[in-house]
Amino acid sequence: MSEQKQGDYRTRTDICLRCPQGCEVQTMLGPDDEILNISGNKCKLGREYVEQEIRDPRRVLPTSVRVKNGTRPLVPVWTPEPMPKGMIMDLAAESRKIEVEAPVHVGDVVLDDWRGLGIRLVASGEVERAE
Amino acid sequence: MDVNTTYDVIVIGGGPAGIAAAIEAYNENQGKVLVIERNDSLGGILPQCIHNGFGAINFGNDLPGPEYAHRYEMQLNELPVDVMLDTMVVDMTPELDIYTMSSEYGYQHFKPRAVVLAMGCRERTRAQIRLPGTRAAGIYTAGTAQRLVNIEGYMPGREIVVLGSGDIGMIMARRLTIEGAQVLGVMELLPFLTGLRRNYVQCLQDYNIPLHLSTTVSKIYGERRVEGIETVKVDEDLNHVPGTEEFIKCDTLVLSVGLIPENELSRKAGVQLDVRTNGPIVDSDMATNVPGIFAAGNVTAIYDLVDYVSKAGEVAGRSAARFARAQQAESHEGSRVVRLKPGANVGSIIPQQIYIDDLGDRDVYLSMRPNALLERMVKVELDDGGEEVMSFREQYARPAEMIIRKLKARDIEKLRASHGAELVANIS
Ligand code: SF4
Repeated sequence: MSEQKQGDYRTRTDICLRCPQGCEVQTMLGPDDEILNISGNKCKLGREYVEQEIRDPRRVLPTSVRVKNGTRPLVPVWTPEPMPKGMIMDLAAESRKIEVEAPVHVGDVVLDDWRGLGIRLVASGEVERAE
Repeated sequence: MDVNTTYDVIVIGGGPAGIAAAIEAYNENQGKVLVIERNDSLGGILPQCIHNGFGAINFGNDLPGPEYAHRYEMQLNELPVDVMLDTMVVDMTPELDIYTMSSEYGYQHFKPRAVVLAMGCRERTRAQIRLPGTRAAGIYTAGTAQRLVNIEGYMPGREIVVLGSGDIGMIMARRLTIEGAQVLGVMELLPFLTGLRRNYVQCLQDYNIPLHLSTTVSKIYGERRVEGIETVKVDEDLNHVPGTEEFIKCDTLVLSVGLIPENELSRKAGVQLDVRTNGPIVDSDMATNVPGIFAAGNVTAIYDLVDYVSKAGEVAGRSAARFARAQQAESHEGSRVVRLKPGANVGSIIPQQIYIDDLGDRDVYLSMRPNALLERMVKVELDDGGEEVMSFREQYARPAEMIIRKLKARDIEKLRASHGAELVANIS
């Protein structure tokens, strides 16, 4: 996102992430962040995206955590529900301290309700237990 | 040595194309199917692609790579299909003799009734882009860096520069940042991003990683370990612009400079390759020129969506099973063959030929790689000597995104109504 200020008014440019097309959406905002004008989005999801970006930008974090007694040292995990963008690096740092016991299966919850925000880290791969 | 002739279909490669091919080969015929995989697990490259972005088309879900692979593996496990892991195919002949090596099974000779090539692709390396400088440690391809970080749990470095703005390069820039490294920038030789725009946003912008277009790496410094690199701007003809050199201190250079279909075996078996895709020339059945050898996935051309790799695998698997059952090439006698050639703004196209009267209920996915960036509504058409045979619209054409059209009944009717033996695909 990039932004330009003119007095109380701001124009921001976003690339919409809702589909691979990636429209470049120009939005003019008033003093209270109200959308005065929006252009460049090829469908209404573009407006929704920008509204969400202004209010509460969210992203998915894909990462991995350590596995104890597994056939592999790591298991991939992700936040199936998008989480607040600004907290991604915090959760990434936290996930580096997590270690789970093998076996781990797809769908296993590795971290639940992080910071009481309903954010989950869920395994997206399988690791067997080493004999 | 005994020849094992019990298999109807052998699939070489257990990645997404191979798994889908094996499932469909079995479902078509309930015959004996074997998957040969050189790695110790199935899934190909997917287990290390831990980011999401897979499965939107085939599962209606945005999944991480390992989970996408897992879903297909579960389907495969339900079927009586044999799988040999840790096994290399060392040779293959046009008569479908397949020679394999593995520590568990030793040296073996198979002669199935049909083969699906699903070996995928490999990465371009430093040698192939002629990057000058020292032979210091700390230079990795993006895929190698990805394996180190995501599978082995080992960081390739702390201060990193990425060369190449393809999707894997951008995804690795994010991945290394998430794991605590500092990614100093992504350099792209071309004047435009070569990966998806969404990856520019969610992998670079979100993490404040700068992208430098029309820029390349001109020198690597460091004796034993990379100590820095020199970047330089390039002009429209991609020549270095003197005086624009800049030094960046870093300990690691990650290369994301393209993928090449892996066709050493195909060549040994006499499979004819297309100079544009670097993969086998295939027809609407995903059949190669060698009777009984079919091919699918990144071995035929580089795809950007795994969903379509799986779909191509399904087509190849079904065709191979049918071939095995008939014990011969399906007779396309009486069917006209139409050759497809890339024209304006099209880099390559698969399949390269279609048996136009013999499609029946088969799925044909026309897959075109644009070689120009057109940020506007475009028309994609197949022309017969300059005359339009069929066309459709796309919102845009970008080299980063394959244009894929599943042929509809009315497309096929139009193709049948044409006369030429060769149709040219143009984007305008
Ligand atoms: S605005 Fe609509 S068409 Fe454009 S990128 Fe967003 S979802 Fe896609």
